[in-house]
Amino acid sequence: MMQAVLLPIALPMLAGALCMVFWFQPRLQTYLSILSAVLVMLSAVWLFALHAELGILVLQLGGWQAPFGISLVADTLAMSMVLIASIIYLGTLIFSLASQSKTSLRYGYLPLLNLMVAGVMGSFLTGDIFNLYVWFEIMLIASFGLLILGGEKAQLRGAIKYVAMNLLSSALFLTAIGLLYGMVGTLNMADVAVKLQAIEDQRLIIIVSMLFMVAFGIKAAAFPLFFWLPASYHTPAVAVSAVFAGLLTKVGVYVLFRFYTLIFTQDLDFTHHSILLWAGILTMVIGVLGAAAQMSIRRILSVHIISQIGYMLVALAIFSPLAIAGGIFYIIHNIVVKTNLFFISGIIYYQRGSYELKKLGGLYKDSPWLAIFFLLSALSLAGLPPLSGFFAKFIVISAIVAERDWWTLFFAVAVSLLTLFSMLKIWSYAFWGKKPEISEDSPMPRLTGQAYWMWVPVTFLAVTSLGMGLAAEFFFQYAQQAAYELLHPHHYIQAVLGE
Amino acid sequence: MILIMAFLIGSMYAGAIYMMMRRSIIKLVMGLIILANATNLLIFTVAGPLRRGAPPLIAEGSIVPDQLVADPLPQALILTAIVISFGVLAFAVVLIHRVYEVIGVDDMNNLKDDSE
Repeated sequence: MMQAVLLPIALPMLAGALCMVFWFQPRLQTYLSILSAVLVMLSAVWLFALHAELGILVLQLGGWQAPFGISLVADTLAMSMVLIASIIYLGTLIFSLASQSKTSLRYGYLPLLNLMVAGVMGSFLTGDIFNLYVWFEIMLIASFGLLILGGEKAQLRGAIKYVAMNLLSSALFLTAIGLLYGMVGTLNMADVAVKLQAIEDQRLIIIVSMLFMVAFGIKAAAFPLFFWLPASYHTPAVAVSAVFAGLLTKVGVYVLFRFYTLIFTQDLDFTHHSILLWAGILTMVIGVLGAAAQMSIRRILSVHIISQIGYMLVALAIFSPLAIAGGIFYIIHNIVVKTNLFFISGIIYYQRGSYELKKLGGLYKDSPWLAIFFLLSALSLAGLPPLSGFFAKFIVISAIVAERDWWTLFFAVAVSLLTLFSMLKIWSYAFWGKKPEISEDSPMPRLTGQAYWMWVPVTFLAVTSLGMGLAAEFFFQYAQQAAYELLHPHHYIQAVLGE
Repeated sequence: MILIMAFLIGSMYAGAIYMMMRRSIIKLVMGLIILANATNLLIFTVAGPLRRGAPPLIAEGSIVPDQLVADPLPQALILTAIVISFGVLAFAVVLIHRVYEVIGVDDMNNLKDDSE
């Protein structure tokens, strides 16, 4: 039954390969991809069922026992990420039914999307550091392709920065892998965690851990390494923006959570309580200020991703059971809400032909349901009860209060208020503002499918956010379980090494 | 040997970072290429001592090798890393070519967001 761990990686990969075989049949590609997304979602649920029975699930690939082979590990955090990523995967595919241009479908949109998802799932499930690097590269190169699909000037401009920063990050990651291997002679995460305890020279460990932190910090768009994100995320097709916003930066955060609970916990005062904490605080402050300065919906939302990453980093930095559980809750909530806001910006774009706030207006009258869904997601992002964002922030902030860290508390609350400001700015311009004169000569973007396909994922994700708020207790239990596993790494180590 | 390699790798990293901070996008990609190679050399050097003429073969009948042998894993890592960086850099080269065709500049300063 352990082979189930392989399914979330193998299915999208297979779908990607089949999509390449049926290169000239976009319709068939779409069906295959949607089938794969549904199956991935079911397999994630299956993983939860197996985990409840057997504990942490480990698959040793090729029958090679750890630490000699590659292990795939599904603990509660990894499974939750797989489940939420599969929902975003399916949502994006359905949204694309209406919004993706025929050209992009002809030039490999679906194969790339499937392979990117395979890379994301691989990063969640792998228990081997070099294997993680390989999954990162698969995810990256597919995302490069998605980012420039269409080849507009703005896309190419953004892509240069995105590609350069991500390749730099990969090189640093690889450097860190080399140094770590030189130090402990293994790359299995559980085995590394055990062997590092025997290393006496703490300085070497700190250097390697900082290299990893910079590499993952670039992926996660943490301060001061986030510049590629505002330069690129608003440029591609809206479904691509949405799936990037939902999944890619969160993979960086997920890996930080994995590494800084399992492997690098030698010097908490330095790595967590000073560096990660202040990086987190600055990330959220600068992200939210950057968002406040923008005047286009997609740019506001893109820059805002950075600010949300800050909360997750702060939660990791505090490193108490409550904070880690809050951080995990926050990641899941943020993936749902952020993706949904991007989807909504897409619907707005197809109704008005622009993302610029000044050219929008009157949407509340024209499309009241859209207004309701936007309000649900935006207020959830800002953290108003009873939506999911309220509980995510509430848990993180109560963890901060428990540590009596008043500065962090101040920034966390202030950033939350500024988030509300940005969201209300979109609301008052786009929804309450006067409907602008639409000149006949400006070309309107054309939908390629039925418009209702765009509403399916938006409705579903808005309801999910509401549900995560109303049933917060249920989700919080899983978050606590995940946090327990992270903070007691001997369960993970035992499951992988089997000692 | 280690010392020579250390200086070599260090200067490659320095050169790569310097190239990446120049304004020309061609130099940016050259920087990335040097960086990828420097990283591979680094793995080669730090992952265990360089040991020549001792292949990791186990004599028939025994379970472990009789003497210290070269560690084959770093070479597998480097090989994978070379293949990946080759693919990614090929993409980067095509990308800068396309950028030059479409936008007509090779200066990072002219690639700002608002220069519509």
